[in-house]
Amino acid sequence: MILELAQVQIHNRTDTCESNNGFCPDWIADHFGDYVHPFFQHLILVGLTVAIGFAISFTLALIAYRRRWLINPVTQVTGILYTIPSVAAFFLLLPITGRGTDTALVALVSYVLLIIFRNVLTGLDNVPAETKDAGRGMGLTANQLLWRVEVPLALPEIMAGLRIATTTTVGLATLAFFAGAGGLGEKIFSDITYKSNVVVAGGLAVLMAAALDGLILLAQKAITPWTRAVAQP
Amino acid sequence: MTTTFAVLGEFGDAIDFIFNSRESRLGGAQVGGLGQIWDLMWPHLKLSGAAMGIACLISIPIGLWLGHIGKGGFLAINVSNVGRAVPSLALIAFFVAYLGVGFLNLMLALVLLAIPPIITNTYTGTRQVDRETVDAARGMGMTGAQIVRRVELPLALPLIFGGIRISAVNVIATATIAPLAGVTTLGDPIINVNTYGDEGRLAAALIVALLAVATELALGAVQRAVTPRGLKLTPAGRRRHRFPITRREAIP
Repeated sequence: MILELAQVQIHNRTDTCESNNGFCPDWIADHFGDYVHPFFQHLILVGLTVAIGFAISFTLALIAYRRRWLINPVTQVTGILYTIPSVAAFFLLLPITGRGTDTALVALVSYVLLIIFRNVLTGLDNVPAETKDAGRGMGLTANQLLWRVEVPLALPEIMAGLRIATTTTVGLATLAFFAGAGGLGEKIFSDITYKSNVVVAGGLAVLMAAALDGLILLAQKAITPWTRAVAQP
Repeated sequence: MTTTFAVLGEFGDAIDFIFNSRESRLGGAQVGGLGQIWDLMWPHLKLSGAAMGIACLISIPIGLWLGHIGKGGFLAINVSNVGRAVPSLALIAFFVAYLGVGFLNLMLALVLLAIPPIITNTYTGTRQVDRETVDAARGMGMTGAQIVRRVELPLALPLIFGGIRISAVNVIATATIAPLAGVTTLGDPIINVNTYGDEGRLAAALIVALLAVATELALGAVQRAVTPRGLKLTPAGRRRHRFPITRREAIP
């Protein structure tokens, strides 16, 4: 009897917290499982976007690095894609690609192209001419020079571009539910006035952005050991 | 239904929606037509303009001051990184849940969204002014305030406008989801698709996209117009800031 009463009270308190729209740790603990699937949906969308976006824009940047006249047209086109708001892009693509992850992916990839393209190109352009000359003097062919000297030395800029593209994509992917791709944005949208829901779903998105940013930074440190030696004067 | 733009398929219906009004799918009210599009676009522009104005008033002085004294670079640069990590939908949802819906709250959220790129770009623009130029100005007897106003600000203007461009496009894009916070903008046909129909939603998406690109191009023209003649002489200065991105490596 007493036990029942206690349970009722606990239940009531939880109810009060929820109905008062407070910040409810109990509710969060009970419902945290609901956020796992959207979280991974979100993560996969971001991963695919950055991977596909990187493949396309890295290739474009390598081609434009050799054929300079391509830089302007590529920048213009990717610049317009970058400017089109992703919410608009999702619906503009709807008649063409239908509803679903594909549409979200196309819109998000088109958004990151400019970011990565510009950073790869800046990185390659910033390789000192003396270093390239030394490489040529050692008898490297143009391709060897590219892969053994220019691309490695451009890595810090390339990775900086990846970090910006990744954190931006985590944010934009919260809107991907408009295209029917789910993700954490769908959870935010499902109950946008409920504090606990907004804090958990939004917080997970911010955490994802910070964690991915940190991971790429660690990867950059690992693959560019020579930059650490220079850091100490 | 006869549409002049039928040949374009669903996009034709959307363009037709922009020019001709029709009865709402739910019955009763008329939707579509240039008049209604304008009625949606005006609050969209008003909201974005107000948020951008306040954001500029807050962040340009802060960026100039930090750049002038040469301190707080870590803060000025990382505010952009933090800003990027917070999704605009999460920011708006946070404001809606904690402060409630309405024009003012939404505008505050957009101001927060717009501030980081302007601070970072203003700081970077001020810092990259040649130290010798600043020394020359000081040697001519200029006070700190004069140096900021007559040397550092004009030379930093291209980058400041670069930041304003990034923020403005971002704010216009985000104002599209304003109906979630109870403010009617061009996003209304996107969120309330039942009232406007599919063609209304597509029409709104089309107009938002055009508005963003137009803003980008217009501010780009302003940016070139405010660039001091001396900076235009270098070929790099002319091209570098087309579709600028606040980049980590922009800072030495």
